[in-house]
Amino acid sequence: MSHHIVEAVDLQYTYPDGTAGLKGVSFRISHGESVAIVGENGAVKSTLLLHLNGYLTAAQGTVRIGDYPLTKQNLKAVRRSVGMVFQNPDDQLFMPTVFDDVAFGPLNLGLAKEEVVLTVNRALETVGVAHLKQRPPYKLSQGEKRAVSIATVLAMSPDILVMDEPTSSLDPRSRRRLIELLKTFRHTKIVATHDLDMALDLCERTIVLHQGRITADGPTQKIMRDEELLRSSSLEKPLRMQSCPVCAGEKKAF
Amino acid sequence: MNNIGANSFNIGYLDTLACGDSVLHRLDPRAKLIATLMFIVAVVSFDKYALSQLTPFFIYPIVLISLGGLPAGYLLKKVLLVSPFAILVGIFNPLLDKEILIQFGSIGIAGGWISFMSILLRFVLTVTAALILVSLTGFNAVCGALLKFGMPRPFVMQLLFFYRYIFVLTDEAERMVRAGSFRSFNSRAVGFKTFIPLTGTLLLRTLERAERIYHAMCCRGFDGHIRIIRAMKIRHQEIIFTLGWTFLFIWLRCYNIPLTLGALITGVLK
Repeated sequence: MSHHIVEAVDLQYTYPDGTAGLKGVSFRISHGESVAIVGENGAVKSTLLLHLNGYLTAAQGTVRIGDYPLTKQNLKAVRRSVGMVFQNPDDQLFMPTVFDDVAFGPLNLGLAKEEVVLTVNRALETVGVAHLKQRPPYKLSQGEKRAVSIATVLAMSPDILVMDEPTSSLDPRSRRRLIELLKTFRHTKIVATHDLDMALDLCERTIVLHQGRITADGPTQKIMRDEELLRSSSLEKPLRMQSCPVCAGEKKAF
Repeated sequence: MNNIGANSFNIGYLDTLACGDSVLHRLDPRAKLIATLMFIVAVVSFDKYALSQLTPFFIYPIVLISLGGLPAGYLLKKVLLVSPFAILVGIFNPLLDKEILIQFGSIGIAGGWISFMSILLRFVLTVTAALILVSLTGFNAVCGALLKFGMPRPFVMQLLFFYRYIFVLTDEAERMVRAGSFRSFNSRAVGFKTFIPLTGTLLLRTLERAERIYHAMCCRGFDGHIRIIRAMKIRHQEIIFTLGWTFLFIWLRCYNIPLTLGALITGVLK
């Protein structure tokens, strides 16, 4: 199952306005791995993700999806295998109804209509929003929009799921539900996030980006304990690993 | 105070109405679209001084509103909201056309006033019919019907995208206006000076969003064609609905019913 592999070799990218983006990023993510890409605002996490499905092309370096390097010729196949969930669901859900939106990908893949209906229903059931099928996306809550966004990608049966800040602007319960849902997926997962607690829950491996470079790549548990590394990358220990100020106060009182 | 948000919410209410379940809601969108188009063509085709001939056409909105269980007050408010356009179109008629056409005792009514009233009447009839169509069918289904009738695909897609993002855009505009009004300490929320950069920013944001949406579409295999599955079926009721209304409109167009009725009543009284 080598097509689930994502490999970046010395990726370099400069924005059109001349600002340096990626400054030589390399990693290899293998089949079934769940990897968090963390970093401060402007650490070019989203830019890196956009390279993984060929939306941006690196000035230097290569991206390999499976056994082949990403080129214009195999872009279609790569985009089918790398499913991308955007940070803002309003960008992702552009069709008039939830059904149309989830059906957009499968119809473009040339599936028969009956097959498309089955696929859409299956994808919506997987994320638990089958009842929203006929609703227009602008009427959904943030949590529902996020779930539908994931369904739109699942309907294309991708091998690799790439998600940009999936838990942003979700309330705690919707966030928890999403994390539990993502845990059930067997895909290779790449998640760019600020939510380090989610990274702890979901990803066994973490890549830390700082100013366009990788400053650490290793087991999430180990990275999240390294306060010095986190501080130098403008991050903080996940909340659950920080000592509780209330309990600490109580201990002092006793 | 600004009320952009309130207005956009109200437009969304049309979709809520379209989710209703009545005989009319269940009809194929194409039948309702044809009936509405026939209605509009019939209403618009009268000559410019037509007034009495137009009144029987109110039967169409009245029947549809009552059978479809639509809120008449809400639809009327929406019609009033856009009425300034119609008023602007006809407001100069009384000034330009001063020839007396009707004489009520000593009061003469100029042709300009009659054509102005006729414009207003046509406006109310056609806009109400269009609103009823959307509230009984839903904007997306109307677009689906247009597509089935051979309307060019890019045009329908533009309409669908417009409708999908009008809410996002009004929300964005509302947030910007609110932010502006919180920091402008006079009564006017958005002055002319702030209006220009605000519109510019909105345009830039829209362009950025358009790019992100295009990207999202590419990610899911967009190749220049948007494919939509729509199951539509013409049954007996659709044929009866469309033909029934079409014949009625033709009849109302060809015979001046109020005039005939008036002549009949005055004849009986004599």
